[in-house]
Amino acid sequence: MSRIQTTFARLQTHKKQALIPFITAGDPHPAATVGLMHALVSGGADILELGVPFSDPMADGPVIQKASERALAHGTSLSDVLGMVREFRRKDADTPVVLMGYANPIEAMGYQAFAEQAKAVGVDGVLTVDMPPEEAGPLAEVLKAHELDPIFLLAPTTPAWRVAEVAKLASGYVYYVSLKGVTGAANLDLDDVASKLSTLREQLSVPIGVGFGIRDAATAQAVARIADSVIIGSRLVQEVEEHGADATPRLIAFMREVRSAMDGARQ
Amino acid sequence: MHINDLLVPQAYDLPDLRGRFGDYGGIYVSETLMAALDELRREYELAKQDPAFMAEYRHELKHYVGRPSPIYHAQRWSEQLGGAQIYLKREDLNHTGAHKINNTIGQALLARRMGKKRVIAETGAGQHGVASATVAARYGMECVVYMGAEDIQRQAANVFRMKLLGATVVPVTSGSRTLKDALNEAMRDWVTNVDSTFYILGTAAGPHPYPMLVRDFQAVIGEESKVQMAEMAGRQPDAVVACVGGGSNAIGMFYPYITVPGVRMIGVEAGGDGVETGRHAAPLTAGRPGVLHGNRTYLMQDEHGQIIETHSVSAGLDYPGVGPEHSYLKDIGRVEYTAANDDESLAAFHALCRTEGIIPALESSHALAYAARLAPTMRKDQIILVNLSGRGDKDIPTVARIAGLEL
Repeated sequence: MSRIQTTFARLQTHKKQALIPFITAGDPHPAATVGLMHALVSGGADILELGVPFSDPMADGPVIQKASERALAHGTSLSDVLGMVREFRRKDADTPVVLMGYANPIEAMGYQAFAEQAKAVGVDGVLTVDMPPEEAGPLAEVLKAHELDPIFLLAPTTPAWRVAEVAKLASGYVYYVSLKGVTGAANLDLDDVASKLSTLREQLSVPIGVGFGIRDAATAQAVARIADSVIIGSRLVQEVEEHGADATPRLIAFMREVRSAMDGARQ
Repeated sequence: MHINDLLVPQAYDLPDLRGRFGDYGGIYVSETLMAALDELRREYELAKQDPAFMAEYRHELKHYVGRPSPIYHAQRWSEQLGGAQIYLKREDLNHTGAHKINNTIGQALLARRMGKKRVIAETGAGQHGVASATVAARYGMECVVYMGAEDIQRQAANVFRMKLLGATVVPVTSGSRTLKDALNEAMRDWVTNVDSTFYILGTAAGPHPYPMLVRDFQAVIGEESKVQMAEMAGRQPDAVVACVGGGSNAIGMFYPYITVPGVRMIGVEAGGDGVETGRHAAPLTAGRPGVLHGNRTYLMQDEHGQIIETHSVSAGLDYPGVGPEHSYLKDIGRVEYTAANDDESLAAFHALCRTEGIIPALESSHALAYAARLAPTMRKDQIILVNLSGRGDKDIPTVARIAGLEL
């Protein structure tokens, strides 16, 4: 079983949902990332999503765009991000790490070289935002050959036939984008999400995470009632933006608040 | 000076159903936009088969844009260069002053057909923004144009023009604050307002079906040229030259000529300070393939796959990618791609002003610069057709600034 499967199986026996925080690697500084990753785990993260900075983050709102720019100002490359995961693994052998980013840095490295190195350093899954199933076939194949989970997005606009396409390729979990918009937007409609998720479950066997627009413990709790996992990104990146390397205690406090709200969600 | 006719395909039917031109093109966008792109593709296929839609498109081109645009034999300039005869396809004489309106009319008619009342656009030099604002006014639609903050500085007149036409111009301050960032921002708007909004993409790039759609709406340039050259010169040109930023004017000119033997085609990118300096915008000449803005194509990128900043005197060519069909045409050798530097493009700009009384856009001046290099190597009975994609009124402040004048 992969680390991601193990994690979801363990949570299921405890009737809990996965808390998946996202931060951008290299923000505010490459040297800070591994420490922040450990802090998120100590705050209750089950899986980490690590953003690979890209110069043209088309699907991201201003908060994550700026995080990418800060990381790139320090020259953070995909190779550097892989190095951060290697360092993280020295102290944490269990928490799954998913790289999230755009196609071109992986294209530049080459699928095979990327997958080999990602596996070697302890990456568990890869989410390529601008690679829908129509384009992801060749990369997904290489990832799977290296026991890495290709993670896919589903959106409110995804029709049923496309969910079936995603179901064929996806492993680990799928990431349901809870709203029409970019990361960090704030118009989440929970009823809408709930009805969509129940339709998705009919077609998908992997767990479903919900992200985009989850900014506080109450929303996280509400999402935890209907999804298998809660993904929080921009809200955390904002702490990093405002407090830099001093964000650590705030991140831990926020994560604990969310964790305890989620763990109370279905009781 | 003959094209190797072995490189001329006998038939050409691209893109395929997945939006591929060989290895290039495709649909590299986030999931939220997939359904909208699929809807656009289906709607466009229907519209293309619909005689009423095509009749209205042609009617608008004739009565609103002023097509067909003439071809003009630049005799004095040809004589001065002392070689081939240079003919100019006068897209600068279109309403709004450039080829961009051919495409915005087509897309606005599609938007109307799809019931969308709000259109958005990205713009670099402002020509596509103006053309979008124009058709939005013409068809009574709300229009929002994203423009890099850097370009807003360089193209103040076009910004005001868009405002006069009732559009909202949103400055984009992320990244390099130029065309590529405006495109990112327009995509973000689209993803957020996908139900109500039609994205009028200005160049033959982006995710499928845009490269095909824009090409088809621009192909009127080459189709008219074929008829006009036969009428004027009794034959087709020996060489066709067009500037390439995203590549919409070039693909519009080239596409109808792809299967025509004996016609050499050259796309001219922005060489900036010189391709060897790294300060340029010539991905086909000096970049390598990658994925940006929804398609696989040649890009200006660093070793880690980050998109690098481009440099050109011309805002409209200042783009790190290029339409995927150009990438394909380069690889199969049907079109040659080269670059003209800022200096030589400015020289061609001045030459055309002085010898022909035509002020060309700085974008088009890159094609002129290459024609000036090519003509003396050819015989006097040979013909070069240059796509004069836009007029240069918008560039007058830039040219004045380079000459040390503030207007």
